[in-house]
Amino acid sequence: MTKLTKVVLDVLKPHQPNSLDFADHIAQAGPDYDVHLTVEEMDEKTHTLKIVVCGADLDFAQIEVAINDLGGSLHSIDEVQVCNG
Amino acid sequence: MNWFTEVGQAFAVSSSDGIMRRYFVVNGFDGALTMLGIVSGFYVGNADDLGIVLGACVGAAIALFMSGLSSAYISEAAERQKELAEMEQAMAKDLTDTAHGRAARWVPWMVGAVNGFSPFCIAMLILSPIGLAITGVSLPASPLLMSLLLGLFSMFLLGVFLGKFAEINWLVSGLKSLVVGLVTTGIVLLVG
Repeated sequence: MTKLTKVVLDVLKPHQPNSLDFADHIAQAGPDYDVHLTVEEMDEKTHTLKIVVCGADLDFAQIEVAINDLGGSLHSIDEVQVCNG
Repeated sequence: MNWFTEVGQAFAVSSSDGIMRRYFVVNGFDGALTMLGIVSGFYVGNADDLGIVLGACVGAAIALFMSGLSSAYISEAAERQKELAEMEQAMAKDLTDTAHGRAARWVPWMVGAVNGFSPFCIAMLILSPIGLAITGVSLPASPLLMSLLLGLFSMFLLGVFLGKFAEINWLVSGLKSLVVGLVTTGIVLLVG
């Protein structure tokens, strides 16, 4: 059975909540999620983010829910790492 | 996600703590000054019937509550809906079921509640000596005079509250508010 262990996402979010709260909310989507968030671009009302989420067995649907819940918009999945076992 | 978490998120994205604090103080001032004015008027007029005094003041307090609740709700709801529409345009997506959408729906009610209850609660505090006197509790001084002193003390506390948040000298801020209350009471006493 395959497990998703790393995903790199391109996300657009409003200025609020701030990056710390946004990353914290995504990390709460799973028990051992390690979230690395980088602000790539800042516009008048939005931030473009690169978000790297790592974990033993990521639940991508929950990550997407967490992003949408805070007003974020998932633009693309730029990188994934999947393990068999 | 539980209700408290959703409310916390709505507060976080709306940054509404500052505006609530402002509404609390601004309308708290209204409540305290209105009560000071009415009670001063009754004090100058040597009103004997405390029931009439209390009725008039509670009526004014209820009007302040309704005015605060409705005016803040209407203005905040319009403002939040405008902000949400602008945010939806910037994000190119519907934000109704997100923390921003919940904030646009809930924050106006919360701001309205603060704006309404602030003058009402302060008014009830100021009127408490009159209520106690009516129920037969013996007070060390005239209930109207004690209400006036409580009103001035409330003004001082509101100033202290502002001073603490603005991180300026709380005593100076409290005394400034107290002067406003004293001037108001003085004018009513002079006119009366």
